[in-house]
Amino acid sequence: MNPHLLIAIPLAPLIAAVIAGLAGHRIGRAATHTLTIAGVAIACGLSLYVLKQMYWDGVGTFNGPVYTWLVSDGVHIQVGFLIDRLSVLMMSVVTFVSLCVHVYTIGYMSDDPGYTRFFSYISLFTFAMLMLVMANNFMQLFFGWEAVGMVSYLLIGFWYTRPSAIFANLKAFIVNRVGDFGFILGIAALFSYTHSLSYTTAFAAAPHIAQQTLPVFGGVNALTLACVCLFIGAMGKSAQVPLHVWLPDSMEGPTPISALIHAATMVTAGIFMVARMSPLFEYSNAALSFVLVIGATTAFFMGILGVVNNDIKRVIAYSTLSQLGYMTAALGASAYSAAIFHLMTHAFFKALLFLAAGSVIIGMHHEQDMRKMGGLGKYMPITALTCWIGGLALVATPFFSGFYSKDAIIEAVGLSHRWGSTYAYWCVLFGSFITSLYTFRLLFMTFHGEERFRHAAADRSHAGHEEHAVHVPHESPLVVTLPLIALAIPSLIIGYLTVGKVLYGNYFGSAIMVRPQNDVLAHLAADYHGPLRLALQGFAGWPFLFALAGFGTAWLFFLKRPALADAAAVKFAWLKRILDQKFYFDWFNEQVIARLGRGIGTGLWKAGDQGVIDGALVNGTAASVGWFGGVVRRVQSGYLYSYAFWIVIGLAALLGWFLVHA
Amino acid sequence: MHDHLLSLLIWLPIAAGVVVLLLGERNIAAGRWLSLAASFVALALCVPLWRDFNTHTAAYQFVQKAAWIPRFHAYYALGVDGISMPLVVLTALMTVPVLIAGWQVISKRPAQYYAAFLIMEGLMIGVFSATDALLFYFFWEAMLIPMFLIIGIWGGPRRVYATIKFFLYTFLGSVFMLAALIYMYVKAGSYSISAFQALPLTLTEQRWIFAAFLLAFAVKVPMWPVHTWLPDAHVEAPTGGSVILAAIMLKMGGYGFLRFSLPIVPDACRELDLLVITLSLIAVIYIGFVAIVQQDMKKLIAYSSIAHMGFVTLGAFLVYAIVKATASTQGAGMGMDGAMVQMISHGLISGALFLCVGVLYDRMHTRQIADYGGVINTMPVFAGFMVLFALANTGLPGTSGFVGEFLVILASFKASFWYAALAALTLILGASYTLWLVKRVVFGPVANDHVAKLNDINGREFLILGALALAVLLLGVWPEPLLKIMEPSIQHLVTQAAATKIPV
Repeated sequence: MNPHLLIAIPLAPLIAAVIAGLAGHRIGRAATHTLTIAGVAIACGLSLYVLKQMYWDGVGTFNGPVYTWLVSDGVHIQVGFLIDRLSVLMMSVVTFVSLCVHVYTIGYMSDDPGYTRFFSYISLFTFAMLMLVMANNFMQLFFGWEAVGMVSYLLIGFWYTRPSAIFANLKAFIVNRVGDFGFILGIAALFSYTHSLSYTTAFAAAPHIAQQTLPVFGGVNALTLACVCLFIGAMGKSAQVPLHVWLPDSMEGPTPISALIHAATMVTAGIFMVARMSPLFEYSNAALSFVLVIGATTAFFMGILGVVNNDIKRVIAYSTLSQLGYMTAALGASAYSAAIFHLMTHAFFKALLFLAAGSVIIGMHHEQDMRKMGGLGKYMPITALTCWIGGLALVATPFFSGFYSKDAIIEAVGLSHRWGSTYAYWCVLFGSFITSLYTFRLLFMTFHGEERFRHAAADRSHAGHEEHAVHVPHESPLVVTLPLIALAIPSLIIGYLTVGKVLYGNYFGSAIMVRPQNDVLAHLAADYHGPLRLALQGFAGWPFLFALAGFGTAWLFFLKRPALADAAAVKFAWLKRILDQKFYFDWFNEQVIARLGRGIGTGLWKAGDQGVIDGALVNGTAASVGWFGGVVRRVQSGYLYSYAFWIVIGLAALLGWFLVHA
Repeated sequence: MHDHLLSLLIWLPIAAGVVVLLLGERNIAAGRWLSLAASFVALALCVPLWRDFNTHTAAYQFVQKAAWIPRFHAYYALGVDGISMPLVVLTALMTVPVLIAGWQVISKRPAQYYAAFLIMEGLMIGVFSATDALLFYFFWEAMLIPMFLIIGIWGGPRRVYATIKFFLYTFLGSVFMLAALIYMYVKAGSYSISAFQALPLTLTEQRWIFAAFLLAFAVKVPMWPVHTWLPDAHVEAPTGGSVILAAIMLKMGGYGFLRFSLPIVPDACRELDLLVITLSLIAVIYIGFVAIVQQDMKKLIAYSSIAHMGFVTLGAFLVYAIVKATASTQGAGMGMDGAMVQMISHGLISGALFLCVGVLYDRMHTRQIADYGGVINTMPVFAGFMVLFALANTGLPGTSGFVGEFLVILASFKASFWYAALAALTLILGASYTLWLVKRVVFGPVANDHVAKLNDINGREFLILGALALAVLLLGVWPEPLLKIMEPSIQHLVTQAAATKIPV
């Protein structure tokens, strides 16, 4: 493979981002979006070309350096690329979704004063994400990892005058840093055994490291510790419980980045990373059990929160958390291919759902509360139709893309015998009911039923505000609907087309390593007889029946008899309170952790620095206060130089004493 | 010319400073331009220094030696190796923005202000390039005087308290170092630092000398618990003083550990490394927490400096724990590399952050965080720089702030899981205090009428912040040129530090 071509892939969006960022206001809006779209289009085209080369033309894996970042103590740390079937799939997905989002942004941000800045950021993000995905070493992985987090920080706080946005972006960065704290320790742990940061060395050493014990916590397996630490990084980036708290708040950012960063790409970096590190994780059952349990917990419990939220974007955000949990659970069951496959289908249908939600938000004049929507399907037919496609894919309706990936995850977790797999199985299975419940709730409350936006306007005029005509929603312009259609197509068919190859056809080859005794997907592959048969079988499977139950419940409570939902909320008020408080994670972080941190800081500062060190030791005790005070008085009355003079004299005396004794 | 390059670097700024003083306040226009020209010439002199530096040897280069005080066998001996050369360049580099930053801002006795900074530049370069311990000490102490005057004359309302505290702390620390140097002179018959490094010393002697060095260098770094002079000095110092203090003067402590403690008293270091490591980790964590709750921007950055310097002392002293844990010195050089890169990087980033605070202070005349909010609305370009430097301060990869911390964390894991875990807490703490500052100062709606009336940075300010931003990014993206210069000297230092000097 031509290395220059590979370098061009991340470089094109980087150059576009730099020009847009530094000169965007000078070259104008049209030039900025043309330039950045061209940059991402180049990256996308080249990625697809490399994909074609690798898959159809049989070109082998590329693993090579670009330049030497530094050499320290004989360790060469290089920037370099590992391009295999795993990374090229990620590159293609990332650049394709990014391209759709770039185009969509033209419409969505058209009246925003930060237009050019926004394009610069999302192109910069694309660069950082590509560096992460293409890395062949841990340093570059960490670079991409933190760089995408940095752009996410800038984008969540894009509307920087909103207090909620700048709270959310600080929270996102710090929570991610908690994850990165683990991540860098994991990297350092591996480094301490391999004295190298390249993937290949670490992978080759995995069986050896698995034999080592680290003398901490009474002796732990070194590889387990390293893998758990790496996964803590993934928990931050991919928003797994309890480090998930930043993702719902990240919805403060503009919708295009919710789709690109907080649904399709950045948040899946953790999933990608664990799959990339499969040669390490495979040697630690304990670490994989940890992954499995965390993932399953996230899948189930975060889905539940989607059922009680009324903000259309936040519902999708909770859905994202839950789906990331599914992917993580798949990783924990050693079904890495299923995780990546779900990552891919999810990228399409979740980006679609977010962009559709964005289209609704534009149509509703920046209203995000679903209680003020209803019946929009009539006014926004393309948005409604594409959103339904995304929703059906999300609930794993047979034949839709999400079905093939999610069904495989549930089955794989069911087949796993790892510690925690029974719990995980029930979580992901019941999760299908929950997924279906919140998805159809969203679709019904938004596109069907009573046109509640008419009340909202009526309420406003009743309340004595200036007379408000009803804002009748309208379909969004073509730059918005076109990306919706572009994403709806893969949401519909990509699973059907690729399941045989990606999931059951050994597409990943050596890029993902699974030890034979862990290979649950091999069992599934034995029963695989084509996508058609799989989908037909799917109609009789438990996940579909659970999803059907969720549909029925949503229909009854949110379309047929909405009063029932209110009655239930009153009857189960205690449960509703817990859910409204999001299981009290935010409360705990803000009231306990953050307070504790500030308390420790104040305590150390007032009691330590000012009290003991300055107070008692420096100018505290009676004698030294007097002495110090005297010095200060002397200086103030002009004796400074005589004081300095005495010091010099003292020194000279000391010097003389030494010389005499020598 | 190479024989006199270091002398030029030292005496040219000093001479220029004296001329500016003689020109006086009445010829300040000429004085300003002369100062700027001198600082640029000094920077230009760093070009041959960098270019002709031999990266394959640990020996001193650009050496110059002349008799100085024959009675005490003291020589005017200069030379740089891979440890000191980058620090010389950093000094020359950071003086330029300081002079430019004071251009229209300093109205009180500007000629003396410029002269003080130029003289200090020469003295600081002298500290890094002296290879004779007495000469080193001369520069080390002399340098205090201009800084003392800078804070005392151009400082804030509590400047007297701050200057005295600063002077006493640093001076008292140094006195013990002088005693140690004289003791070794008596034994070695020479003030040559290389002779000291070769001098066999018993463990008891080493312990005493170690203690004397520790006092001198720990105050300069500064390390907990002798750090409380720094926040006070920073708060009272004018912007330029803060920049030099943070960017260069703190580095002298780190440089001292690398040049004196480790190679001269390695056995004492081996015995007492846990003390230094513990103090370093306290700096990272304790000071990190203290930084979170600061209400004064300069104090916050001052505390952040102490926490970042914790990585310098940690990285420098990892060698013994690594040898103990792995029976090999592999990884020790990485810790020292990390310490060095952290010094250079911190010089750039903290300098830039203090300049940013200066930009705000010049306009609003307050450093209280609560007086700001939403600065980005009226100063978007400035906000871009401030956010960049803040992110660099949190150790974001791609900026220089990442390189040193990354290397030190990697190396410390080899020594102990706990060292690495505690040091890595800086990822969380650093992000918390730095970005919370950014949130309160830069982001948000316009907080008050004063913020609403702010003007964005002018060309002069853009130039200095832009140049520093470029350096921070360049060093982050491609640190190899710097590492290449340091590597042979660091490897040599590892050998020295791991050896024993106890006579048998």
